[in-house]
Amino acid sequence: MSGTTSITGKTPVSRVRGFLAHLRLNGFTVGPAEAEAAVSLIAAIDPPDAVATRLGLKTMLTGERGQWERFDELFAAYWFGRGVKKASMVTAGGGERESGRPPIWERVLPRAERAEAMRVIEPDEAGDGADMPEAPTPVVASRREALMRADLGRLSRAEDIVEAERIAERLARALRYRLSRRRLPAHAGDVVDLRRTLRRNLSRGGEPVELLRKKRPERPVNLVLLLDVSGSMRLYSGYLVSFVRGLLGCWLDADAFAFHTRLIHLTDVLREGDRRRAMDRLSLMVEGFGGGTQIATALKTFNDRYARKVLNSRSVVIIMSDGYDTDPSEMIAAELRRLKGRARRLIWLNPLLGWRDYAPVARAMAAAMPFIDCFAAAHSLASLAALEREFAGI
Amino acid sequence: MTLDFKPLQQELAGVGYIAGDSLAMALCLMVGLKRPLLIEGEAGVGKTEVAKAMAAVLKTHLIRLQCYEGLDANATLYEWNYQRQLLAIRAHERDQLSADAIERQVFSEPYLLRRPLLESISQETSPVLLIDEIDRADEEFEAFLLEILSDFQVTIPELGTIRARSIPHVILTSNGTRALSDALRRRCLYSYVDFPDETKELTILRVRLPGVDERLAGQIVRFVQLLRREHLEKKPGIAETIDWATALIGLDIRALDADPRAVQASLLCLLKTEADLKSVPAEVSARLIGKVA
Repeated sequence: MSGTTSITGKTPVSRVRGFLAHLRLNGFTVGPAEAEAAVSLIAAIDPPDAVATRLGLKTMLTGERGQWERFDELFAAYWFGRGVKKASMVTAGGGERESGRPPIWERVLPRAERAEAMRVIEPDEAGDGADMPEAPTPVVASRREALMRADLGRLSRAEDIVEAERIAERLARALRYRLSRRRLPAHAGDVVDLRRTLRRNLSRGGEPVELLRKKRPERPVNLVLLLDVSGSMRLYSGYLVSFVRGLLGCWLDADAFAFHTRLIHLTDVLREGDRRRAMDRLSLMVEGFGGGTQIATALKTFNDRYARKVLNSRSVVIIMSDGYDTDPSEMIAAELRRLKGRARRLIWLNPLLGWRDYAPVARAMAAAMPFIDCFAAAHSLASLAALEREFAGI
Repeated sequence: MTLDFKPLQQELAGVGYIAGDSLAMALCLMVGLKRPLLIEGEAGVGKTEVAKAMAAVLKTHLIRLQCYEGLDANATLYEWNYQRQLLAIRAHERDQLSADAIERQVFSEPYLLRRPLLESISQETSPVLLIDEIDRADEEFEAFLLEILSDFQVTIPELGTIRARSIPHVILTSNGTRALSDALRRRCLYSYVDFPDETKELTILRVRLPGVDERLAGQIVRFVQLLRREHLEKKPGIAETIDWATALIGLDIRALDADPRAVQASLLCLLKTEADLKSVPAEVSARLIGKVA
């Protein structure tokens, strides 16, 4: 044990515990048994060696490919303060707070800053800012019109966002209710099947002796959401996240992913009951990677790794992105073709579509158009409400 | 317990298996902690080979359990040799033995057929137990396996409980066709094996084909590395690289750029689906050859 002290400078056990809390925060399932094993593993590596320690802990604490790939980054971030923002480069202290969250993260994203991440920033280009959209969509709820018409990108007050999420949830419930409209014969259905009842009772002179019933079959759509959280979408990602959360909340068979330059699985995070905690965890996951958008690469990861598991013939894939992609446009076409091969419907929600005179001329967007079943605006809640019709047709 | 993966890595190289640092560490921990190791990775990166190499290094033998859909506990643990039992009962009919005695006799060790899992725990020295493609077996089997892997004992109603004489070194492999349960993942150490980089693949090729021409080997490896970056349904693994190299040597090709047509024809060693073969026409392979030559 004396060997490990020299690496950390503090009591190693609490540092290791902090590291495990750090992993847990990032979606690893590690418990006390793992902690004990990790401490004895570190003790066994003699002379102490950072590489061997990393490889050993990696073998012991990861359990699937995603974790395996992220481990090195997380290891470096915790023990060496690498790969995270500058603020964390100051001497790493030991131990953990009562919150169970290692102090290193508190420093990376102080509360105020995390709030900032959720707050809305004015668009960079002055032209865009001046040209605010007029929603070209049907009006759904007139009482809430003011809020719904406002470009959601501009909502900045916390209560507005809460309200936006509430409406999104309501819409999501409405969408789900519309899923299957046809009724099928059922023994204990809620409605009398008039046609079959007449036919059956013809032999009794048309007297309805025996009533046949029908009901709506439970055939939920499997929903897969892919949300662009890159810089150019920042204006909208706040409320789109709320929308995604609303959908996940009332859909059992739904999966959500976020992407910028890589793909992140969000479902577990967004299913978190507490809204603020979910948002905090999400911004932690999304923050700190930055850079451009690689839609095609993200779709490729999705196709390679998740598509087989999460998609079926009743899948509706919703991509929420502005279509500004740094990957070659042939690639996005190829990936969308693969995706389309597995999913029933492909819906692309583009916030820019609500803007006056927008045409999908961005190369990636143009390449993607042939594969999209429904290309809709997503700049306001009213535009999201228009989705209802699209879903009803499934 | 001290952990150092370097010696193990060298021993593995000695038996012809080039393991990366992380895999060597994982194997080292598997032996040191006596815990099962779950290895994931694309097909053809040498997951199954690891077990063979480990058996050679540990100088013990390899017991292999190939998983498939519908595999059940009986097929993996033990079965009674039904024909032999019948034969024995017939043969003893004249001996006027009591029914109890016959029963005791036919339900005894000689009539037991040991299947891989039981076999692996009844060895004197720890064998390497390879449970190949665990993701193909059903979830029920996974749960059953979990129980065996934690207790290392098997209860046979007619014989009683058989405890492990030695704990086998368990290696599980998975291609990721199905998500494995969290319980199994937590029980196991984990390692992900990726396609090797250029240096490593070249080393593997040299170890496997000692006679290969140095220049050709370099070209082959670079070509395969580039080919993996193309959009293929099924990327060629290390086994395919070795096959292709053997084929090229057999065709007496000294350099890839010397005979592009023969190279194009031999690509079927690397590309195993029709779509992939079509997606690499002569122009593409000529471009790749141009890059590696």
